[in-house]
Amino acid sequence: MRRRILIGAVLILVAAGFYLKARHSFRARQGAARQHFAAPNFSLPELNGQSLQLSDYRGKVVLLDFWATWCTPCREEIPHLVELQNKYRDQGLQIIGISMDDSPEPVREFYKRFQMDYPVVIGNAETGELYGGVLGLPIAFVIGRDGRISAKHIGATDASVLEQDIRGLLSPQ
Amino acid sequence: MISKWTEKLALAVLISALSTVIFLSRALGQATSLPASHLINPEELVKVLQATKGERPLMFQVGSYVLYAQAHIPGSDYVGPVTSELGLQQLRRRVESLPRTKFIVLYCGCCPWSHCPNVKPADDALHAMGFTNVKVLYIANNFGADWVEKGYPVAKGQ
Repeated sequence: MRRRILIGAVLILVAAGFYLKARHSFRARQGAARQHFAAPNFSLPELNGQSLQLSDYRGKVVLLDFWATWCTPCREEIPHLVELQNKYRDQGLQIIGISMDDSPEPVREFYKRFQMDYPVVIGNAETGELYGGVLGLPIAFVIGRDGRISAKHIGATDASVLEQDIRGLLSPQ
Repeated sequence: MISKWTEKLALAVLISALSTVIFLSRALGQATSLPASHLINPEELVKVLQATKGERPLMFQVGSYVLYAQAHIPGSDYVGPVTSELGLQQLRRRVESLPRTKFIVLYCGCCPWSHCPNVKPADDALHAMGFTNVKVLYIANNFGADWVEKGYPVAKGQ
């Protein structure tokens, strides 16, 4: 009886592990799309009121993250993005968050609470449309040093997938 | 013969498995707990909207305005994310004078269904107010993939 319980428990764990792994892999494959067009420039207000222009970051590898504070998968990604920013800052990575929240107040609170260390701007519908329509969150664009979009990830994306994209673009400086 | 150590290990594994199940069910989000009878599929809603007979539903988008401004179902009103108390109040205010049998459709499409934080609280709020004919639009991935890209009717702006 005890042996059966033990075997059952192990099987449940193994099945759960396979399920989680398969789910992540499927999402990574489903959400990624290779892109090769120039990232549209925009000028949007940062949380401190200053204006941020994407073109100012030409020469860096940029990860553009469309997100919102109330979006659960977006929230789950933020700590990983903070880690990536810290890890690759010196090699030329710049993450830029584009909040699709309706107002900046919850974004300011979230920014402090999660100790976000990259700029966050308040997005709008025009910017979403520039990027082909941001009609689901999160959406991440990986942009090379030449300003061209290298990849687009729709939905929750494993940090390892983003890191792989980033590392590929950071190396050929 | 199973030792006490093995027994403890089995118990630990069982607890871990239970925790995993709880974690997975939580991660699947609130929208997944909506009963099937509360849902309407995009294809069904399109048929309802195109029908010349029958009651036309009142439709509310309970996601963010930036998403609504880019694309929404023609004739639907923007309410905003009901994860906030402000959003919930707006929804309640918008429907308080309506007959409780009014056909209402709620939709969001901000995130994959399993992660949508908005539709379940909105549905709960309307049922708590006594509305009996409320449907939630089932959007599996997001509004772009499951509505716009399917070629269903779309409006932009306010």
